[in-house]
Amino acid sequence: MSTTSPVASFYNDHSRTMIDWLKSWFLTIDHKRIAILYLITINIFFLLGGAAATVLRAELVTPQADLVQSDTYNKLFTLHGVIMIFFFLVPSIPAVLGNFLLPLMLGAKDLAFPRLNLLSWYVFFIGGLFALAATSLGGVDTGWTFYTPYSSTYANSNVILTATGIFIMGFSSILTGINFIVTIHKMRAPGLTWFRLPLFVWANYATSIIQVLATPVLGVSIALVAVERLLGVGIFDPALGGDPLLFQHLFWFYSHPAVYIMILPAMGVISELISCYSRKRVFGYEFIALSSIAIAVIGFFVWGHHMFVSSQSVYSGLVFSFLSYLVAIPSAIKVFNWTATLYKGSISYSTPMLYAMGFMGVFVIGGLTGLFLAASALDVHVHDTYFVVAHFHYIMVGGAIMAYLGGLHYWWPKITGRLYSEIWGRLSALIIFVGFNLTFFPQFFLGYLGMPRRYHVYPEEFQVLHVLSSAGSTILGIGYMIPIIYLLVSLRYGEIAKSNPWRAKGLEWQTTSPPPTENFEHTPIVTEEAYAYPPEEPERDAASYRPGSPL
Amino acid sequence: MTQHHTALAHHFDTPEQQKEAATLGMWLFLATEIMLFGGIFMGYIVYRWAYPEVFSAGSHHLNLALGTVNTLILLCSSLTVALAVHAAEEGKRRVIVNLLLATIVLGAVFLGIKGVEYYQKFAECWAPASEECLVPGRSFFYPTETTHTEGAASAESPVSEAAVHSETASRPYQIFFLLYFIATGLHAFHMVVGISLMGVIVWMANRGRFSAEYYTPVEMSGLYWHLIDIIWVFLFPLFYLIH
Repeated sequence: MSTTSPVASFYNDHSRTMIDWLKSWFLTIDHKRIAILYLITINIFFLLGGAAATVLRAELVTPQADLVQSDTYNKLFTLHGVIMIFFFLVPSIPAVLGNFLLPLMLGAKDLAFPRLNLLSWYVFFIGGLFALAATSLGGVDTGWTFYTPYSSTYANSNVILTATGIFIMGFSSILTGINFIVTIHKMRAPGLTWFRLPLFVWANYATSIIQVLATPVLGVSIALVAVERLLGVGIFDPALGGDPLLFQHLFWFYSHPAVYIMILPAMGVISELISCYSRKRVFGYEFIALSSIAIAVIGFFVWGHHMFVSSQSVYSGLVFSFLSYLVAIPSAIKVFNWTATLYKGSISYSTPMLYAMGFMGVFVIGGLTGLFLAASALDVHVHDTYFVVAHFHYIMVGGAIMAYLGGLHYWWPKITGRLYSEIWGRLSALIIFVGFNLTFFPQFFLGYLGMPRRYHVYPEEFQVLHVLSSAGSTILGIGYMIPIIYLLVSLRYGEIAKSNPWRAKGLEWQTTSPPPTENFEHTPIVTEEAYAYPPEEPERDAASYRPGSPL
Repeated sequence: MTQHHTALAHHFDTPEQQKEAATLGMWLFLATEIMLFGGIFMGYIVYRWAYPEVFSAGSHHLNLALGTVNTLILLCSSLTVALAVHAAEEGKRRVIVNLLLATIVLGAVFLGIKGVEYYQKFAECWAPASEECLVPGRSFFYPTETTHTEGAASAESPVSEAAVHSETASRPYQIFFLLYFIATGLHAFHMVVGISLMGVIVWMANRGRFSAEYYTPVEMSGLYWHLIDIIWVFLFPLFYLIH
């Protein structure tokens, strides 16, 4: 364990044999190595979920069923939803970037429970294996929502296996959440008070609260579906006196807050990026910090807006509609404050900043269309149409994945010690932005005109919009492939990164890139607020301007 | 202090910080447990609201005597755990071991009695000419007055299957018993985990791992045990005492 030189990174190991090397990774309790394990695993899931989406979009090019039949189509969109939500988006930013950065940002040596952290990865992995097993044994066709009584009584597919996978994966989410909350409470460096924390930490704190309190409810509701299916008993089955609506209540009690599990850490990343590439302290820091908590808390009380047309009482529909509008307030606070941060900032259009700008535009569209859906009268018209599909893809793909990629680029030098190709980075960020909007913007029209979701055939008048959407998804797919290539290339050929290549603030930039196993040589002492960019930073930026450099 | 250095993990600065972290983590875990049972309690509330008379009639079919005994046993076990934690604070290793062994015995007795209750319900289903079968599933049969009278009437005109179906849907006794089995089954599973945990703590205490300065695992598993106890204190009246 003795570090021989100050530049020894956490990748350095003293294993002589292959077995030792495998042990040093698969039995590691170093949060940075666990983050790498997560990074590889969830990106494989992302590719898998993306492949399913590609087939879906290819099928939708023509109004008839020619590529796949209805059964296969149902299984494909279920696979896409289950993989993307439970095995990619929910763990993406917290388990990869959060795992890697939280102790670094707090000036700690590790998360509070390193072994639990490793356990969470194994649990996640095993849950993923169950889901993959269900897929390879014929798939599941209930949609990612598992609505009863279809899932519990009628579906002839691998519901139980998939449910088990999600149940197991839930524990990984809970363990990560507990670990983060305790770490943020108890492991902060001297002088790092709550209101000096980076906003990424605040965002992850809010996310963890949701993970800890909502995930068990998903676990129990999905376990009840499995019990009902396995034993032929009736808890949601109306023929036996059960209430299918109860399942929807329990399911959305997790699954709506789960949307905030996906978007809150993304918002945290965006706060970091905007501040760094504007060379300014985030405007309204306290408001952004507390709006994360507000979103987490209010997010627990809006689940009923998924059930406006599911025989829920009109009065509770009204209350849920009103509460859903409330979420817009803290979300808008964030967007306004980010915009105000840009004002008179020294903005450089580097790759991560392009992703952040893309996020802001796309998130505004996704958020405002969310207000349409929260209006209970309008929702009757667009419920279960492509309008909903477009709305939540604007939040999840346009929002969460863009922030994930932006964050991955921003911290890539810290994680790997190498710089990626800036040209390719900016190019792919633009391709992704264009491809994304071309894919999902036409879907708003489709949905408003009445195209229901989850259908593989459609009337011919929808074909133009569907072809546009599929064309966009091709561009989007290419946009996702390019970073995979140049990021992997950078591991070998990239320029060696310095400790702080972006001249950013934050404790994670004070240690070497990549950091040593114990993160810091000496526990740092914090004496200033977050994002304390000195006023002369913009001038330094201007002085170092070269033609072609991102300014 | 040096002898306790082994208990301090590399990433903590002080034993106090480590203990506070463990305590906070445990409380958060207990919160997830409450939310886990919360889903089942929610189902209970919804169905009890929908079918109040079914629930009160169903609760007559549970063994109140055994349930009461079990409640007392579990409360005693919580006392022994609390005393064990107190003994741990004072560093009395022998006392910890004895009290936790008593806890394990009490827990095992609880599970045994629970097993007897379950067995009685299953035995009714297995008996060839039984009057009732309260285990939810295909052979579930709840003897009500209406079915008795209808049974007499149906000697001449056989009741159609649809009528039987609407009968189960309007008086869903099986939901009460399903919730009973799921809630107490999940609770019993937690008991098994708790007993295993106590076994580990006894083993650790016996090896002299704890002292007046370091006894966090004793306290944490004690918190877990108390939680199981409290959940039972809610389950007992909700299922046994709603006549």
